[in-house]
Formats: sequence, C-alpha cells, structure tokens
Amino acid sequence: MKTDSVLEKVFASGAFAVTSECGPPRGAMPDVVREKAEHLRGYVDAVNVTDNQTAMVRMSSFAASLLLKQMGLNPVLQMVTRDRNRIAMQSDLIGAFSHDINTVLCLSGDHPYFGDHAMAANVYDMDSVQLVETVKTMRDEGRLQGGAEVKNLPRMFIGAAANPFADPFELRVARLSKKIKAGVDFVQTQCIYNLDKFEEWMAGVRERGLHKKVSIMAGVTPMKSEGMARYMKNKVPGMDVPDEIIKRMAGVQKDKQAQEGINICIESIQRLKSIEGVSGIHLMAIEWEHKVPEIVERAGLYPRPAVS
Amino acid sequence: MITAERKPLDEIISYIEPYHRILLIGCNECVTVCAAGGRKEVAMLSSALQLASMKQGKTLNVSEMTLERQCDPEYVESLASHIDGMDAIVSMACGCGVQEIARRYSPIRVFPAVNTKFMGASDRAGVWSERCQGCGDCILGLTGGICPIARCSKRLLNGPCGGSGNGKCEISSDVDCAWALIWEKMKELGTTEQYEAVISAKDWRPSRDGGPRKIIREDLQ
Repeated sequence: MKTDSVLEKVFASGAFAVTSECGPPRGAMPDVVREKAEHLRGYVDAVNVTDNQTAMVRMSSFAASLLLKQMGLNPVLQMVTRDRNRIAMQSDLIGAFSHDINTVLCLSGDHPYFGDHAMAANVYDMDSVQLVETVKTMRDEGRLQGGAEVKNLPRMFIGAAANPFADPFELRVARLSKKIKAGVDFVQTQCIYNLDKFEEWMAGVRERGLHKKVSIMAGVTPMKSEGMARYMKNKVPGMDVPDEIIKRMAGVQKDKQAQEGINICIESIQRLKSIEGVSGIHLMAIEWEHKVPEIVERAGLYPRPAVS
Repeated sequence: MITAERKPLDEIISYIEPYHRILLIGCNECVTVCAAGGRKEVAMLSSALQLASMKQGKTLNVSEMTLERQCDPEYVESLASHIDGMDAIVSMACGCGVQEIARRYSPIRVFPAVNTKFMGASDRAGVWSERCQGCGDCILGLTGGICPIARCSKRLLNGPCGGSGNGKCEISSDVDCAWALIWEKMKELGTTEQYEAVISAKDWRPSRDGGPRKIIREDLQ
C-alpha cells in the first residue's frame, strides 16, 4: 500500500468503491457540514469535500475535511489550483496530512468567471496535472516541488478528475494517460448521462490498458427535476445530457420527477458497474446527501466492505 | 505589439480639469498601429477636449505632438523645448511611454490617455487579440506555436480542462480554447505523441513573479 487511505484499500480488495461528496457551506456553520456528512456514514467509502466549488467562497475544503475526520469519516480533500500557489497548496497538504487526511483530489477548478468573485486574480501557478506530480513527488521521493528534501511529507492517495465528454473528445484518453504519467492513483469522472459516449471512452481506455494503471470511478448525479436536467445540459461546462434524459424527466408529473431522477441514476449505476475497467462510482448528490443511502442500497452497493 | 485603448473622455477630462495649458503627446509605434494613440488619435482627442472645455466655458490650450517612440529617452528628450508654460502633459503612449515622460519631466504632472492592454496581434481590421504574456521562457516550440499561458483562461500547461466545448473556452463562446487549437495544430504537424509528455510546473521567475525585470547587454554598453 502506498498510503493509509481507505479508498486505496477498497480498490486493493477488489470491491466496487463508492464515494460521495459534501459541499461546505457559505459561512462558519460546522453543524451544516456534520449534518450533511452524517447522512453518508456507512454508505460510502470516502467523501469528497469540495474546494470553493463554482468559484464561490465557502468554508475551506481543509477545515470541512477536518470536521469529517473528527466524525470518523474518510474525507477526500479536493484542491483546486485556481486560488493558491504551490507554496500554499503544499503547506495545506502538510497540514491536512498532519490530521490524517490521506486522500486528495487534484483539480484546476472552475474559472473565477463563474463565481461570486469574478474580479479575483486567478492564480494557476500550477495546473491539475502538475499538482498530481507535486503530490506524488512529496509522497514517493520526499521532496517538495521546489526540490528541497523534507522529512515526513504527506503520503497521499492521489486522485484527479476526468471528463470524457469535453472536447476535443479524441484527446480525452490521451489526457487520462498524461495524468497517469504524472502519478495519479484514481480518477473520478464528470457526471455521466450519455452512457454510450462514456462506453466509447472506456473502450479507448481499455485499448491502451489504462484501466489497469488507474482506478476509474464513474461519476453520477441524480436529477431532482426537469429544470435541473435542462440547466445541466445548457449551463454547466463540459456536461453532456442527452435529450432522452430530459424527455424522460419531463414525461412524469412534477412531484414524481425527483423519484424518476433517482431511478435513472440507479439504472446508470447498474450499467456502469458492468463496464470493464470501472472500479467504482462517485455519487454527487448535490444538496441531496440524504438520498445517498437509498441510491447506494437500491444499486446493490450496500453494505460497504470493511477494510481498515 | 503592445495594444491599447483610449480611456473614456470623461476620465481624461477629470484629470486635466484644473489645468489650462496641456501638452498632448502621441507615439508613432504600437499605439499608432492599433489606432489608440498615434498622430490621428492625438488630433481627435485634442478636438474633443477643447470642445468639452468650451461647453464648460473654460479655456484650454492643447499643444499636440507625436514622438517617434515615447519609451526611448532619446526621443523623449526632444520634448524639452516644448515644455515651458505647460500645466500638465497627457500621454497617449502605452504605460512605458507615460512613465518615461513622467521620469524626464518631473515635477510636471503626466496623465495617461489610454489603457495599455496586452501584447497581441491583429486578427482582422479593428480586432486585436492577446498572444504573449512575456513569461520570459518561451514554450511555443512545445505547443505548436500557440501560447497556452496567454491564450488559455487558466494558463494550463497541460490542458485542455474539462470545460472545453466545440473548440471554445468555458468562460465564453467568443474565446477560443487554446488547447483545442494546440491539439489541432499538433495533428496538422504530426506531433500528437508529444501531447502526452507532462509539462512540469513552470519556473515563473523569468516572468513578473521574479520581480521587475531587466535586460542587461554587456556588448551594447
């Protein structure tokens, strides 16, 4: 084992892994974090804690991850390179690991344009691939990015994102390969609604044997309503929502749409589980954490394996 | 070239409000090419300022000059005989020119009449776009002659991010995705295998991050 990460142990056990996420609140409200995270206890192997997602100021990912750790859950510290330079990011990694936070997800992050501080400087000292390389160098070579050898650097299980639906599609497998070269251990994909296109990407991944070098978690997000489906299709960058999904949501009464969204999500998970090379699912139930137990159970992924 | 855009007239008027005799200076280099601060723009701004003053019932004398290069002390020196009696100077050069004038002719107040924008090139008549950020360590040889530092909104060296769609950037359909352009160029050049080489974290010292920069050429001193 490279790390003490529970997620690494689940992958090593051969079990199908499940992660979910917890978005920190816009204010000093630790109870909100605890309440959201409590819904997930026992139903997922680890919980992503988002880092100022959509470039909106929120409680820091590190602070919220620490709250989860104190609850006995396994946080995945999300880290975007948008807001902090390499000094601040490495410092936060050392701080997080000092609190036994041992799993990180390296991202570039949404551009500030999308958030409530569009006027902010965007840092981008490094990109997500370079952050992966930095975390790996800390772990495997005991060196900081600048070259200094330092004792007790973090031993992090390293994650990154993969978006099979962004353009140019033809380089998306090569991009995964690049992240593997940088040292990524697992990837979580963008929300999958177009399963045919995801299968096409996975075929490209298998053709190059990349699924044997990295654990791939398929991302899913249950739709709450037809409106949300349309919003995801039209407004969220890099999202591919086929018209059939929208038609299916629109085809049921408004008060039944949430349930239909969950049904679609569970059917997607069933199909994703059967795809060779998919090692787990990443269930992003946005502001819908209390639905995670139902989805995990109905998808046949409960109970979670005991690995630690 | 260095591109610039003229500031709003009201802002320029607000700078010179206390003054009656100003020297308005254009530059014959970049700002002429991008039609922001050359001889023609000096004449137009001069008329606009005098017209605005007349409406306010104020007398304003504007002397117009256009230097060959405002960033060059040799040309800036030629202003010396025109400074007497001036209350203030308004420069239509880029920030480099404004600073050179301010350095030489202190304590006369110097005001900028343009906003200096970026190092860019002309796409077509009336359209300029950013091409270079002067990072000090050019990587264009690795990226098919398209700069991701200047042209990717997140300056990703290992792009594109997950927000690239139909060749456009996630921030706007008016912005090309630099990495989509790089990928197309790599295909054209037959160098797509280079794409998978990780470009490690950049040393930003040769860029602005290393402090204000200077070039010293011993052979020319």
